[in-house]
Amino acid sequence: MGKTLAEKIFSEHVGRDVKAGEIVLARVDIAMAQDGTGPLMINEFRELGFKEVKVPKAFLFIDHASPSPRKELSNSQKMMREFGKEMGVKVFDAGDGISHQILAEKYVKPGDLVAGADSHTCTAGGLGAFGTGMGSTDVAIIFGLGQNWFKVPETIKVVVNGKLQDGVYAKDIILEIARILGSDGATYKALEFHGSCIENMNVEDRLTISNMAVEVGAKAGLMPSDEKTREFLKKMGREEDFRELKADPDAVYETEIEIDATTLEPLVSLPHYVDNVRKVSEVEKEKIKIDQVFIGTCTNGRLQDLEIALKILEKHGKHPDVRLIVGPASRKVYMDALEKGIIKKFVELGAAVIPPGCGPCVGIHMGVLGDGERVLSTQNRNFKGRMGNPNAEIYLASPATAAATAVTGYITDPRRFI
Amino acid sequence: MVVKIKGKVFVFGDNVNTDEIIPARYLNTSDPQELAKYCMEDARPGFGRRDDIKGSIIVAGENFGCGSSREHAPVAIKAAGISCVIAKSFARIFFRNAINIGLPIVELKEADEFEEGDIAEVDLENGVVRNLTKGKEYRIRPYPEFLMKIMEAGGWLEYCLKEVGE
Repeated sequence: MGKTLAEKIFSEHVGRDVKAGEIVLARVDIAMAQDGTGPLMINEFRELGFKEVKVPKAFLFIDHASPSPRKELSNSQKMMREFGKEMGVKVFDAGDGISHQILAEKYVKPGDLVAGADSHTCTAGGLGAFGTGMGSTDVAIIFGLGQNWFKVPETIKVVVNGKLQDGVYAKDIILEIARILGSDGATYKALEFHGSCIENMNVEDRLTISNMAVEVGAKAGLMPSDEKTREFLKKMGREEDFRELKADPDAVYETEIEIDATTLEPLVSLPHYVDNVRKVSEVEKEKIKIDQVFIGTCTNGRLQDLEIALKILEKHGKHPDVRLIVGPASRKVYMDALEKGIIKKFVELGAAVIPPGCGPCVGIHMGVLGDGERVLSTQNRNFKGRMGNPNAEIYLASPATAAATAVTGYITDPRRFI
Repeated sequence: MVVKIKGKVFVFGDNVNTDEIIPARYLNTSDPQELAKYCMEDARPGFGRRDDIKGSIIVAGENFGCGSSREHAPVAIKAAGISCVIAKSFARIFFRNAINIGLPIVELKEADEFEEGDIAEVDLENGVVRNLTKGKEYRIRPYPEFLMKIMEAGGWLEYCLKEVGE
């Protein structure tokens, strides 16, 4: 019987053939924590008596509140840097960008097992790696032992066929998946993506979809590793990290869902749950006024996202009442955007361009909302209070919808601006 | 591990997420007692600072603990003195984190039959949950065998170290 991608990757990391449902000890290739979860992870690591870091690639990322807005957080970050020096663990610091983007650019290889103390570690699935989020204790154990126990997940096969119409993007596909599955529809399971739309999609878009696998409860969101993966790795200067990796044709899936990309419309997730998804064309009629638009994050803060948004804004201009915040996902994205003149244009358009990092998405700094205010963001999560104020509303959509909304001041279908 | 837990019930809904359990704006520290003060803050403001939550039981709906991987969420609940969380279902990362830090959690499909203020009793050893106020009794699915082994080994790290070898 054939294997799913999850079964293949776990079999390689356990050293024997494993099947969905088995609980296994598996070695981990890449482990990481960020400044929210890292301090607790380091405390646990020390409490458990570990003396050295045994996972092949271990990283610490200071991206959640970076540069630090408060002395308490500064002290935690200082502690992370000291730990990094002591243990020989590389620390990515203020200005470097978001963990998931940096991992995708520099380190993740198809077939890797990646464990991070951050729920969006599933982003690595975009490169055909099994990335999954865990707690601080679990990651401390991986730092110390190089392995951990996992349940090999059952897999939901997600088939996306057809070509997206203009103005509809990868973000709309994952919002459609959230609408279908609901916020716990894939709990304990992996998503595995198939179909012509996925095959024709670049890795940047695949990362957007995999990033939000956790929003339907999934443990991982796995893309095939194919020629598109090779192209991406080549662009990142590490083509040698490529290998083809696909599920077996006779793999066994728990369920299968199918999405017709050709009929998909721009979608928006309404407060306060990611699966509260509606068509932008319908919501537009309600003229929901938006105070702030945020284009960035590990979901949609890549170069092509900025380009898509800029194209619309350049042509139509920003509404004077909308605060526009733009956050490149990494130093590389920032540099590329600088070289292409994208940052200059955003600044001229009246945007606040913030340093690479999580920015306002985590609700600590750089764009906390006032009471009763509404934000439309390209991020992955719209829980009450997520962006720092439980009395604010968060709407989630693609960079194109975000840009169209920044043009008009209310939630707007981007198709008429393209 | 405490095998029999009894306490007053506080009822929460579906999809209680980690941003509600412990909002990021209070994550200035890893100190459990500090985190406890803001436990469930965005689901029920002031909850963590009430005098009557010590020893109580949180009862919730589907997908409890969804969202971020922050272990601070179960840590805050445990440090606030909550003795157990009963929910219709749990998000994966929260479930693992709770087991790892020793917060008893129980999946119970009939969780919505509890009302605020009911007295619940959880018998982990025999796999029974009782609503003492309403005089009802429910069988619960015991922890998976592997997790029971972890507990028998005296904790997850001990089990892992033993399995991995020196």
